[in-house]
Amino acid sequence: MKQIVAVVALATLAILLWQLAPIAMPSGLGVVAQHYAEHGVQDNRGANLVTSVVVNYRGFDTLGEVTVLFLSVSGAAFVLRRRTGLEVHEPRRASEIVRTGARLLFAPIVLFGTYIFVHGHLTPGGGFQGGAVVASGVLLLLLANKDHPLPHGFLSWTESLSGLGFVAAGLAGLWAGGSFLANRGILPLGTWNQLFSAGVIPVIYTFVGLKVGSELATLLDVMMHAADEEVHQ
Amino acid sequence: MDIVTLFNLEDLLICAVILVAALGAVLHRNLLAAVVFAGVVSLAVSYLFLRLSAPDVAMTEAAIGAGITTVIFLIAVRRTEEVEREEP
Repeated sequence: MKQIVAVVALATLAILLWQLAPIAMPSGLGVVAQHYAEHGVQDNRGANLVTSVVVNYRGFDTLGEVTVLFLSVSGAAFVLRRRTGLEVHEPRRASEIVRTGARLLFAPIVLFGTYIFVHGHLTPGGGFQGGAVVASGVLLLLLANKDHPLPHGFLSWTESLSGLGFVAAGLAGLWAGGSFLANRGILPLGTWNQLFSAGVIPVIYTFVGLKVGSELATLLDVMMHAADEEVHQ
Repeated sequence: MDIVTLFNLEDLLICAVILVAALGAVLHRNLLAAVVFAGVVSLAVSYLFLRLSAPDVAMTEAAIGAGITTVIFLIAVRRTEEVEREEP
């Protein structure tokens, strides 16, 4: 019975999607996309148009996404919070090669993640991607040594301050340019395709990168330690 | 846009990999293997995004879908049971 229902549901979905396909694949750009494509470069001087859309035109959505991520990480940290007073079983240690390699690779990985979000307005990628790469560097450290001490105070301060910075940049746009997150009158737009260009966009994307990186690093740390306790209880 | 001009042989091969890995992720009894299959799906999908000229989305999919999400699922699997039980 269950399988019949599943098959019928799948078939219905397939028929619906088949009919939607021509609508979902329009032949040209829509009106809004056309505007972004034509005005993106002169509005923002960003070489990467996707970043202009994500951080400037749709910056408010990005703020919402960052907030959702923050809430989910806080929720995970609340549910899986570390309980003290449990006897901690000595975990099997990673080999010397893994530990040394992790320490060696941590700095280049974090540097690469930083490069991705600092160059978000020039090359593909940006705050979310760079932040994820930074967090994967932290993950490597945690895999090599589960009890590697993480600077929790530093992480939570980075996270909070970069969130505040994002909102502050948005308010600065409201003050100087007339609308929230407007990219006018705060920082000079500069020359197209230079590192210091595109006005406030790289600043905001750096905040997003720092925020996402510290949030994901905290989430991984919380998950790793929550996993322990269940096993050793 | 015709599907033949959009996709060459390699891309169709990648599509086949996506389908097989997705089936593996759904059907495999060992949850560890299922998570790895799901990671393979993300990685292959990120290649498709790259081929469809969306490098930004491809990077997100590779870093978050294939990287962080897989790890979080692996940690969660370690916390629970590794082998899915038969449905009663």
